[in-house]
Amino acid sequence: MIQALAFYLFASITVIAGMMVISAKNPVHSVLWLILAFFNAAGLFVLLGAEFLAMILVIVYVGAVAVLFLFVVMMLDINFEELRKGFYTYLPFGLLVGAVLLGELAIVGLGWVTSDHAASLSRMPAPANVTNTQALGQILYTKYVYVFQASGLILLTAMIGAIVLTHRTRGGVRKQNIGEQNMRQPSDATALVHVQSGEGL
Amino acid sequence: MPHVAAQYLPVLIFLGIAIFFSCLFVGLPIILANLGGFANPDSEKLSAYECGFEPFEDARGKFDVRFYLVAILFIIFDLEVAFLFPWAVSLRAVGVFGWASMMVFLGVLTVGFIYEWKKGALEWE
Repeated sequence: MIQALAFYLFASITVIAGMMVISAKNPVHSVLWLILAFFNAAGLFVLLGAEFLAMILVIVYVGAVAVLFLFVVMMLDINFEELRKGFYTYLPFGLLVGAVLLGELAIVGLGWVTSDHAASLSRMPAPANVTNTQALGQILYTKYVYVFQASGLILLTAMIGAIVLTHRTRGGVRKQNIGEQNMRQPSDATALVHVQSGEGL
Repeated sequence: MPHVAAQYLPVLIFLGIAIFFSCLFVGLPIILANLGGFANPDSEKLSAYECGFEPFEDARGKFDVRFYLVAILFIIFDLEVAFLFPWAVSLRAVGVFGWASMMVFLGVLTVGFIYEWKKGALEWE
């Protein structure tokens, strides 16, 4: 009973927060609603028994991705009032596109056929006597090794892409090169000159 | 799988208590002020508090793209660590093959790490 109540609580808040993400006027508020949706999705994962996914959702999505979204939203130096000016001009075209998308979704939804065994097939039975995290680890690194390595390559691509796109070396910055300092010999910097008296240098 | 969710029941109860009290602390003063007739706003009360900044400009200013780069690099290594958790708890079960596959994964990301170190992306100047 408690589980059903918790499910409806988390699910309804997730849906409401998702609606607020797209309808909030201030994009920063949108990101905050998105964080609420992430938290409630984590609650739904816990209800499914996927506690590792729930914790990763909180750590990675709330802790890192949401912060990145906030950065992007803050960095967009856009006047949103200016952006909304053409609303009524573009409204007919937007409605047309929305209607086409809605029609496509309706066609897909009406053509959907569910198997009689769908309820039993939807969830893979968890192996007994191991925790959720262990069950994931037992197949992720052996059975799904190619997918795992591909994810590593995707992370590498993201890393290099981010550096190539955003990293700029700044000119005019004076930095200390400790290795060069230590390698410097007295003979590089000083010279002993024998000056004859009365002649000057 | 009800037993996993059942272990989180104290967290749910705690969440309920937290929501109740935060609603109470926010809502009670508003209700009391309105019902008790204490609400008596004037322009000085509604203005910014004396040590607060006047909201004189848009909050959305441009700031350095290097913050963004640091955040992206943080996410990537965050995910790398997330992959390490299930591996660490099931290392006995996955054996040498699982160990080696994780070493290859770490090696690929170490290539990226060396790249960003040499590029100077981790330096702030």
